[in-house]
Amino acid sequence: MGNNSVTSPPKSSVKLHINGEQKELQLAPWTSLLDALREHLNLTGTKKGCDHGQCGACTVLVDGKRINSCLTLAVMQQDKEITTIEGLAKDGELHPVQQAFIDHDAFQCGYCTPGQICSVIGLVNEGKAKSLDDIRDLMSGNVCRCGAYVNIVKVVQEALERSESK
Amino acid sequence: MRSFTYNKADDVAAAVQEVSANQEAKFIAGGTNLLDLMKIDVMKPRHLIDITHLALKTIEETEDGGLRLGALATNADTAYNEQVEKRYPLLSHAILAGATGQLRNMATDGGNLLQRTRCYYFYDTDTPCNKREPGSGCSAIKGYNRDLAILGTSEYCIATHPSDMAVALAALEAKIRVTGPDGDRVIPIAEFHRLPGDTPHIDSNLQPNEIITAIDLPAKGFANHYTYMKLRDRASYAFALVSVAAALEMDGDTIKEARIALGGVAHKPWRLPAAEAMLSDQKATKENFRMVAEAYLEGAKGYGHNDFKIELAKRAVVRALQQALEMEVKS
Ligand SMILES: Cc1cc2nc3c(=O)[nH]c(=O)nc-3n(C[C@H](O)[C@H](O)[C@H](O)COP(=O)(O)OP(=O)(O)OC[C@H]3O[C@@H](n4cnc5c(N)ncnc54)[C@H](O)[C@@H]3O)c2cc1C
Ligand code: SF4
Ligand code: FES
Ligand code: FES
Repeated sequence: MGNNSVTSPPKSSVKLHINGEQKELQLAPWTSLLDALREHLNLTGTKKGCDHGQCGACTVLVDGKRINSCLTLAVMQQDKEITTIEGLAKDGELHPVQQAFIDHDAFQCGYCTPGQICSVIGLVNEGKAKSLDDIRDLMSGNVCRCGAYVNIVKVVQEALERSESK
Repeated sequence: MRSFTYNKADDVAAAVQEVSANQEAKFIAGGTNLLDLMKIDVMKPRHLIDITHLALKTIEETEDGGLRLGALATNADTAYNEQVEKRYPLLSHAILAGATGQLRNMATDGGNLLQRTRCYYFYDTDTPCNKREPGSGCSAIKGYNRDLAILGTSEYCIATHPSDMAVALAALEAKIRVTGPDGDRVIPIAEFHRLPGDTPHIDSNLQPNEIITAIDLPAKGFANHYTYMKLRDRASYAFALVSVAAALEMDGDTIKEARIALGGVAHKPWRLPAAEAMLSDQKATKENFRMVAEAYLEGAKGYGHNDFKIELAKRAVVRALQQALEMEVKS
């Protein structure tokens, strides 16, 4: 975002809680959460596709809910628990949804994958997907240019079954 | 994005005071429409007032048996709220027909009402647009206008209002509660959005120094006979070409009351109470539904690419009313 400013207001201190760690950054107010992650924290797993809320590549979890990090300001996400793709594996073990993407071969180029994975976890947390049609509808905010949808749907089915059997 | 300053508001009074003091200030809630438009230089506020910390997120019953949706409640929390699902399923369905899981987690009920048109020329700063730049002309009237309005248009603007939620709110006769420097007032949803006339740059009757605090739903939710029908180019994640919020109150096979609001056809949700009344105490037949559909589209005007919307809207009204009538009543 924005580098066409002539007179910039001073940057301010922004405290973000990301993947279990507290980070303090000096940011201009117009820095999106996505740019804060990628440009200021080197957390480049979260991808920038459209930068306009249309593709889902930038999906992260905030307090367990999936959002588009490109359409929110970093300064607005203080005091919240942010989880990115880098924060999902625990003790050297992949998150089950990450493992499921590998098991089901649910990607080709992988550009949409971090967003897809966060979105699947958010969808499972929401607990509203009951049918295949629900899954397709509720995953429609994540576009995959490689067309890996068929196997992504299988990942979601498996993730939903796992959450139900818990 | 242009540079701007930022402040977090602690209460409604402070937010109103701050916005009143600065003509170039804007509230930011979910940010999903405002930041989108700021990134392409269509909206250019110099100061943002973050209202997401205001205590306006609750959904609670009102004294008259209705439901109050806090302006900062997210679209997802509203659509999945137990009371909304049970008593106002029309609203729940309309919200879920819009945007995506991610966006609905961010978007707020107040922001949803104030989202701006999706007219392509409004987004394209290289073309004239009276809404974006008053007096520059309207590129859509003689341009590509497939998505644009067929009712209530003017020679200055033929844009539509894109919200799905607002169409359901119109059918339910919601009331918008706002606070300004002079205190509180209530705006019926029918008077909230406006027609473009010769001032298309003004979308609604909310004043720039007013904040939406809540949306009140009356007690009557039409939970037994309702439909939100959204017709679009793909099954999910697209704006409506035409949408219909239909609700019926039945007495046997006689209609006691009908509510119909159309989306995707005008600068505001399109509702005609006089036409709805034609169905009161009438039998729920296809002929009667078609009669109301004709009345709803009376005076409709196509601009070439969107001519098809006139017949599409009529058929959508008939089918939505039929679906509302025939739905399984869950008790
Ligand atoms: C890719 C995409 C697809 C979408 N698809 C759909 C769709 O199919 N159907 C649909 O209905 N919508 C759709 N939307 C739009 C979405 O629903 C809106 O962007 C959202 O509801 C806006 O809410 P917000 O809280 O994010 O508003 P913001 O962007 O924060 O604000 C929007 C405007 O409202 C003002 N505002 C916000 N809250 C208040 C308040 N309480 N009082 C006074 N002013 C206020 C702001 O100043 C700003 O001018 C889509 C959006 C995107 C990006
Ligand atoms: S229809 Fe309205 S929004 Fe679209 S170009 Fe014309 S003036 Fe602008
Ligand atoms: S980069 Fe955020 S949705 Fe595309
Ligand atoms: S795997 Fe290439 S975009 Fe989805």
